[in-house]
Amino acid sequence: MPLLETRGLNKTFGGVHAIQDLDFEIEEGEIVSVIGPNGAGKTSFFNVISGIFEPDAGQILFDGLDISGHTPSQITKAGIARTFQNVRLFPNLTVLENAMVGQHCRTSSGIFAAVLRTPKFRREEMMIEKKAKDVLGFFGTRLVGYRFDQPAFVLSYANRRRLEIARAMATEPRVLLLDEPTAGMNPRETIELTELIGKLRDERGFTIVVIEHDMKVVQGVSDRVVVLDHGVKIAEGSYQEVSTNEDVIEAYLGRPADLEGAK
Amino acid sequence: MTAIDERPAPPEAPEERERKALRISWIDLFLWGIRIAAIIVIVFGLFGSISKFVAGEGLTAQGWRDLIVSSLAQGAMYGLLALGYSMVYGVLGFINFAHGEVFMSGTMVGFIAANWLFENGVWTSNPFLAMFLVLIVAMITSTLVAVLVERIAYKPLRGAPRLIPLITSIGMSFFLQYTFGGLFGVGFNTYPPPPEVIAGSVNIFGIDVRSTQLTVIIIAILSMIGLWYFVTRTRSGRAMRAVAEDKEIAGLMGINVDRTIVLVFAVGGAMAGVAAMMWSLLFRSVNFFAGFLPGVKAFTAAVLGGIGNIAGAMGGGVLLGLFEGVGPLLILGGLGIPGVSQLKDAVAFIALVLVLIFRPSGLFGERLGSEDRV
Repeated sequence: MPLLETRGLNKTFGGVHAIQDLDFEIEEGEIVSVIGPNGAGKTSFFNVISGIFEPDAGQILFDGLDISGHTPSQITKAGIARTFQNVRLFPNLTVLENAMVGQHCRTSSGIFAAVLRTPKFRREEMMIEKKAKDVLGFFGTRLVGYRFDQPAFVLSYANRRRLEIARAMATEPRVLLLDEPTAGMNPRETIELTELIGKLRDERGFTIVVIEHDMKVVQGVSDRVVVLDHGVKIAEGSYQEVSTNEDVIEAYLGRPADLEGAK
Repeated sequence: MTAIDERPAPPEAPEERERKALRISWIDLFLWGIRIAAIIVIVFGLFGSISKFVAGEGLTAQGWRDLIVSSLAQGAMYGLLALGYSMVYGVLGFINFAHGEVFMSGTMVGFIAANWLFENGVWTSNPFLAMFLVLIVAMITSTLVAVLVERIAYKPLRGAPRLIPLITSIGMSFFLQYTFGGLFGVGFNTYPPPPEVIAGSVNIFGIDVRSTQLTVIIIAILSMIGLWYFVTRTRSGRAMRAVAEDKEIAGLMGINVDRTIVLVFAVGGAMAGVAAMMWSLLFRSVNFFAGFLPGVKAFTAAVLGGIGNIAGAMGGGVLLGLFEGVGPLLILGGLGIPGVSQLKDAVAFIALVLVLIFRPSGLFGERLGSEDRV
């Protein structure tokens, strides 16, 4: 049984079919890339899965349970975390606090426990901090030490992307949805992040869906590639199969002018 | 965004550029005029006060010290009240003008509790317990009223343009005033006199301080420490700050945004309840309209400190208390203006106007969420 599966997923905005009858599945431990030209519906696909938009029709099955129509917080709690194309951190919270907020859905102590400082509350706060430091440590020395207490807005662009991934990791998900994780990074950082995506699966056991425009990254990380165009899945398979598929080339480059027919 | 910023500005016609330069210089001239006038008033006022003091006229040294301490106490009360304005603005982006009435409800119901305790003798036999009970009653009342206002009046308007909850809050303010006026009568109610233990004054570092004012300052400091701890060191506090910065992402982190907003109102209400208890120690008399002026002053304090900034609200409150308490006598008194202490409200709002002109983001800087910063 696939870990995450969509059946006949549909989402329209006004007259625009952002997603049409999309069937998608990913097995536990797989890395699948979703590619397609701009406006193909990739980010809409993530928004629908993560609960920001409700699908118009179709099912989203996570571990066999239908999660369509659930709120984003319920879906995060179920075990799906995501990052954003345009990084969306809490800029005035510190690096450590950004990661700690990710633990919110895994913890439970409320305001009264905090006021009374119950043992459970103190234990939980310590656990939250430990977990947050652990996920920040995944990125080497970039987000640790003196960085912990810096507000997120002072970070470099690449570090913000890393912090956003760390925050998603802190929610202890089973599936990670990464929306263009290498956008705006330099070639060296891109190579590093490509390796990191592999490590996320191998060391941390996440199942990963990644939207990506950089074909080197797609080639480097994916077990399987899904191609969307105008909200429709036009191809699926290994990078080799997809990159030679005529429909895909047409979607990206357009159809060669039919000179014979024009005469 | 950067692409737009980097685009060179279109060249301007020479005469247009000239006109623009001229316009800016007029505004500058006006602002400099205000600055210079303010400095002249302050310098001459200070000079006048000091020469008066040296000549042995006006207030004695003890008189000035008393004035400063009582201004600090009142400022601490404004600060606690300002927190409610600032926190709600930080999370929802509108000014909750009903917050003054949340405070008033605490003073009114606190009065009933105090009166009952007084009649049963607890007020004199066990003063600390009595004050503690009044504090708890005031806090619970204010918290309940704040949460009810949010549930009934603001929750249905979530997502509406900000002007709409703002106007609703003014409506809620009148509603609460006249509800309390109708229930408890429109006359003034006077709290029983402060228990004997805090009726006198204590000597701190050679300065005599009235015990009620000292109590108020101590309670304010304790409340601030508690709030700071709650906001920065606990899970719920982090959730509150996350919601203030970005509600959508906070939701994605598993934070229940709606419940967190209620929590913000509850914490702001509890602080208003503490301020209500302070009012009962400082001024004793309350009526259904008692929330209006402190509310507006606290709003001023919140703007003074930088709206959305929790530490700024407290600092702004203390500063405003000092401005309006000490300022009239120190500066206007020095200029020989008669009846200056009646001008304290005017001084408080002049402070607001000056801050809005010269430092619109407040003295300590505002803290706004990403969506408010656009």
